[in-house]
Amino acid sequence: MSTATVGKRSFGAVVWDYLTTVDHKKIAILYLVAGGFFFLLGGLEAMLIRLQLMAPDSELIGAQFYNELFTMHGTTMIFLAAMPLLFALMNAIMPLQIGARDVAFPFINALGFWLFLFGGLLLNCSWFLGGAPDAGWTAYAPLSVISPGHGVDFYALGLQISGFGTLMGGINFIVTIITMRAPGMTYMRMPLFTWSTFVASILILFAFPALTVGLFLLTFDRLFGANFFVPDMGGNEIIWEHLFWIFGHPEVYILILPAFGVFSEVFSTFSKKRLFGYSSMVFATVLIAFLGFMVWAHHMFTVGMGPIANSIFAIATMAIAVPTGIKIFNWLLTMWGGSIRMTTAMLYAVSFIPTFTLGGITGVMLASAAADYQYHDSYFVVAHFHYVIVGGVVFGILGGLTYWWPLMFGKMLNEKLGKWTFWLFFTGFHLTFFIQHFLGLMGMPRRYWKFLEGQGLETGNLISTVGAFLMAIATFILLYNVIITTVKGKKSPADPWDGRTLEWSLPNPTPFYNFKQLPLVRGLDPLWVEKTQGNGKMIPAEPLDDIHMPNNSFLPFTISLGLFIAAFGFMYRVDAGFPAYVAIGVGLAITLGSMLIRSVKDDLGYHIHKEDLEKEGAGE
Amino acid sequence: MSTHEDVLSSENLPHEPEKATLEGKNKFLGFWFFLGGETVLFASLFGTYLALKNSFGAAEHTTPSQELFGLELVFIMTMLLLTSSLTSVYAMYHMKNHDFKKMMVWLGITVLLGAAFLGLEIYEFYHYVHHYHHTFTSSAFGSAFYTLVGFHGAHVAFGLLWIITLMIRNARRGLNLYNAPKFYVASLYWHFIDVVWVFIFTVVYLMGKVG
Repeated sequence: MSTATVGKRSFGAVVWDYLTTVDHKKIAILYLVAGGFFFLLGGLEAMLIRLQLMAPDSELIGAQFYNELFTMHGTTMIFLAAMPLLFALMNAIMPLQIGARDVAFPFINALGFWLFLFGGLLLNCSWFLGGAPDAGWTAYAPLSVISPGHGVDFYALGLQISGFGTLMGGINFIVTIITMRAPGMTYMRMPLFTWSTFVASILILFAFPALTVGLFLLTFDRLFGANFFVPDMGGNEIIWEHLFWIFGHPEVYILILPAFGVFSEVFSTFSKKRLFGYSSMVFATVLIAFLGFMVWAHHMFTVGMGPIANSIFAIATMAIAVPTGIKIFNWLLTMWGGSIRMTTAMLYAVSFIPTFTLGGITGVMLASAAADYQYHDSYFVVAHFHYVIVGGVVFGILGGLTYWWPLMFGKMLNEKLGKWTFWLFFTGFHLTFFIQHFLGLMGMPRRYWKFLEGQGLETGNLISTVGAFLMAIATFILLYNVIITTVKGKKSPADPWDGRTLEWSLPNPTPFYNFKQLPLVRGLDPLWVEKTQGNGKMIPAEPLDDIHMPNNSFLPFTISLGLFIAAFGFMYRVDAGFPAYVAIGVGLAITLGSMLIRSVKDDLGYHIHKEDLEKEGAGE
Repeated sequence: MSTHEDVLSSENLPHEPEKATLEGKNKFLGFWFFLGGETVLFASLFGTYLALKNSFGAAEHTTPSQELFGLELVFIMTMLLLTSSLTSVYAMYHMKNHDFKKMMVWLGITVLLGAAFLGLEIYEFYHYVHHYHHTFTSSAFGSAFYTLVGFHGAHVAFGLLWIITLMIRNARRGLNLYNAPKFYVASLYWHFIDVVWVFIFTVVYLMGKVG
């Protein structure tokens, strides 16, 4: 079992390995592949939206299909692309940054991935089964309750299943960071990416249950005749909006904080300086997370909560600009006087600053409750959140992947192609979304299928569509880059960027047990400390000894599969009758049975013996 | 470095066997965080219930909570569940003293009390449905009531299955460093269920009677 050097394996063996893996590095690759797939899917939906809006009064696609497209674009990008791609980075990097051999709950880590994947697949099955959800990614009641067909059922159950997975992933990261840090890795020596993973995971823990409840209420209303959102029977639709945004606003920070973490690492590495104002960066991250829970109702200014509530939420929202501003200035001052290398990853980081600041400024504009009545539900809002989510999160993911690709795959992405991707994506992005601010201010509402001729909206929309094509081309170049690197790329050195943090102290490829001997951390940027004050290698904190490893398991897959099957049963209970009840029974039996097996079967893991580790060391 | 035999042996257990291994510590901490998430879950359900209690709209059957709830049965249920929390404390006390038999006895009593609670809750729901037509679909109040109290009931049912599974699985081999964290975490869960019920008793039943 403890063979570290594995030769060529059959395709089936590799597939089985990935289906049962509990290794955080492999789970990261699973998240990357699945999240990447959904990113392309969401991008395709976006392209269709932009094609429809390229010309006035277009009949390219129908109104119903358009509703499904924008609903699925938003839902897919947030839940199935951005979060999993960040989870890919967190899984791949965070345990290495704190000097851990694995995460706290390897089994639950795998379960989190499979739940997300089956939830995402369930959601997308709707395309082939009578139509996708069509009530917007926010699924406001009563529209989401009365929407005919099963589209919104797929939304509620698909997100429910993938939400369970996210919650488990979050708990796993929190405990990993608390208990698994290497000797000397104190909280205030943790790299910013680890800090932001920690804080984002806490946000996940306290935000996702509100969505869980909201989705349950929606499901109960739609499938079991409950009356939560039915005013005739005493229900209240605003409850959905509150629950959704109590989750939804922290979700924004769940996405952006890890991206901030990525940029902090990139700025520091490529400026050859320690991060400016490290402790204020940590403080700002925590403060943003705290304030993030206090502002959900700024999405609901036009609901009619009254001037007092609106003012309180407006001021709380504006307050978030302060810690965010602290971060922006710290990044700028990290670069100040540094020896800057403009690599692809650094280009994403540098361009993120003005882009995200634009999104922040429109955010403060939107936070002014009185003015928001003008912006609400217009393209101004669309422009705002694409500036923060694409300009922040997507730039962060692309930059982070470029930066850590050698660590994840042992090969470096082609820098020339990477820069082509960056410039096309950057230009395309601003071309698409900058003009949308003005379209919104001119009165173009979001989520409308068409706009009419002669209202001054033609040029802006055409420019926007051209920009979207540039982003699509950039994505294809990125894909080509990934393929060409995988096929032809040479093995990269272990520390290609002259890194500062622990993950770069590992050999390439990273051994499956990560650290043969846990490293002793002697300061912030531990590898840099050793490079400047030691011999450039981490000092071991323990003698060479047996390493305990977790066993692979197929149960995470079956637990998730069971819920996937049962969800179909719940959905088609009324239309299909008996077969649907069979699906519910079989699905729940698979899930609960797998959980039972997990509970009663001892899983103690195995040990890699000291002698084997010594043998490997000789071969290095 | 501990071997499998050390973990599975029931000899020479430390004072806190549930936290003696890294796996045990992780489980302990992770479960506390999970309960933090569960708190938000129930808080959301309580918020929804408070917004919709005695909210009937144009529903046909509109028995208000003051007439619907009887405190006698709910009082007995509360006592049963509170006592079961105490008996699970006894079980954990004996676990820390490595007295496996006594731990099993007290867990058994906990399960019996929990099952009695669940039985009475089912009777209570039956009563509301058949005497007052207060159902899941009869009004927004009904939906909110059965969802909040039902979520708690489902947690109790899951907890019972969980504790019974653990008891059967480990009946023959006694306590060790591998199963001690499992028992401990199950008892944490049981306390959490109890705390939630205290809030349900106050917010749903007491406030429903006077509010």
